[in-house]
Amino acid sequence: MAEHASPASAVPVSIVVAVPAARRPSRLGRLLEREHILAGVLLAPALVILTLFIAYPFVLGIWLAISDKVVGRPGAFVGLHNFRVNLNDAIFLRAFQNTFVYTFIATFFKLLLGMLAALLLNHHFRFKRIVRASMLLPWIVPTVLSTLAWQWMFDATFSVFNWMLMNVGLISSRILWLGDGTMAMGCLIAVNVWRGMPFFAITLLAGLQTVNPDLHEAAEIDGANAWQRFWRVTLPLIKPIMLVVVLFSMIATFADFQLIYVLTRGGPYSSTHVFGTYAYEIAMRAAKLGQGASISLSLFPFLLAVIVFQLWYIRRSD
Amino acid sequence: MAVRYGSPLKRAFTFHIPLALMVGATLFPFYWMVVTSIRPDVELYNVKMNPFFTLHPTFKHFEDLFELTYFLRWAWNTLFIAIVSTAISLFCGLLAGYALARLQFRWAPPLGTMIFITYLVPPTLLFIPLGDVVKAFGIGDTPWAVILTYPTFLIPFCTWLLMGYFKTIPREIEECARIDGASRIQAMVRISFPLAVPGILSAGIFAFTLSWNEFLYALVFLSSPQQKTIPIGVFTELVRGDVFYWGPLMAGALLGSIPVALVYSFFVEHYVTALTGAVKG
Repeated sequence: MAEHASPASAVPVSIVVAVPAARRPSRLGRLLEREHILAGVLLAPALVILTLFIAYPFVLGIWLAISDKVVGRPGAFVGLHNFRVNLNDAIFLRAFQNTFVYTFIATFFKLLLGMLAALLLNHHFRFKRIVRASMLLPWIVPTVLSTLAWQWMFDATFSVFNWMLMNVGLISSRILWLGDGTMAMGCLIAVNVWRGMPFFAITLLAGLQTVNPDLHEAAEIDGANAWQRFWRVTLPLIKPIMLVVVLFSMIATFADFQLIYVLTRGGPYSSTHVFGTYAYEIAMRAAKLGQGASISLSLFPFLLAVIVFQLWYIRRSD
Repeated sequence: MAVRYGSPLKRAFTFHIPLALMVGATLFPFYWMVVTSIRPDVELYNVKMNPFFTLHPTFKHFEDLFELTYFLRWAWNTLFIAIVSTAISLFCGLLAGYALARLQFRWAPPLGTMIFITYLVPPTLLFIPLGDVVKAFGIGDTPWAVILTYPTFLIPFCTWLLMGYFKTIPREIEECARIDGASRIQAMVRISFPLAVPGILSAGIFAFTLSWNEFLYALVFLSSPQQKTIPIGVFTELVRGDVFYWGPLMAGALLGSIPVALVYSFFVEHYVTALTGAVKG
């Protein structure tokens, strides 16, 4: 605000007299009256931390990805060598494919079940607050710890699912839930959906609560059935929030590490690696930092595409 | 938008049964943690026995957990790290959020966009070079390795949330204070910050749970057993090669989940506000 730019005009003399606390401001105080200087001061702590621990590591990561650095020895520039190695590496290509399969299938089911849960929670019923609160639990507790419980439930010998299925008589021999790549990927997706669905449910519920009930009544009077009312009235109205939730979730799922690392460690036979777990495997366990950095940097194009889309979408809706 | 239903039977099929299934599926793994943590080993590793309950509950797994591992130390580490990194992030996020929402300066729009972009950068992208940075600062394998790196995802989140919150507080309140003789800073600290307390609380609760639950940075930056956090400690110290100590594992998983679940249950509404506010562009 221009009228506050000069301290002399900012505080009328009469009020300076009336309020003893507002003494003639110090030099520093006068500087901080200027909005752009104050803004610089207020933003400095955040910018210092983000520059040191995001911007700098990002640049360093690009350097590592084009170097042959291994633990304990400085790296030399090798150009795109690491990326060429990746493209000839069957495990990397499998991880690439897994990342997309995992992201798209899991996001689809999270949206579907999350929407269903949100529609259910949007009713009035007894214990609604408790039900809503407990539904968020998978999202709240440390993913590693809940995933360990799932790993125990998928145990080769003592799986509770096998116990139930055998006692009901549906199967006669144990299912090895994490025994082969396809099955294990299915389990990973199931656990991811279990963990991520509440986020969809609660944010979509917030969206549903902004829908004006009059619109539904009007549609009902015009003869629309429940499905039509959902499809033609509710969905278009909550589409913006739905889109944002899907994008957020896709980024998180695409970059997932912990759930997969805990449940399968990328196994069996490296068949369930995603970018995150394979980068960890190469960089931390095989000590090839440069190669590992090139794998985790492979996330970036997809990430950038989603971010650009999201920024474009926000601008448009503003 | 309450939808009305016809007969009770129809309501059971379209509402009660799906809801019950959903709640059951949501809570089952937690039930499983509890049951496993109190069943004795002879029952745990016997496929003939019904695994859903036990007639001989025991606290042996909890005793093992405390005796064989540094669990209490991990709990303290996790708490300390979560509180300090949340405090740092709230401080930075509060100031930055205020500046971006309230002050007029040329760099506000590009800086806002930049913070939003950093908000979306996942740890998976940065953990390898960040490991080098942490080592260069000489803080590897100390709590500061994660206390200083968690803010990379907490600050953007706090800034984003508080920026949105400050935009809902009418500018006129501050202008009145200015007319009454308050300086720019006084108006900010004495008028706007107190009004933003609910937003600060929401951001704080959310940030606390995020840092309590973090895994990748802690796994990479903390290596000695005494320095670990609960998620890392339980995962790395109770699995030896192919041997999983399921009893103590589930006991640890349960005890590691309870504190965040408690914090969350006291502040559900604030948490939900943060969750929904986090995604609103």
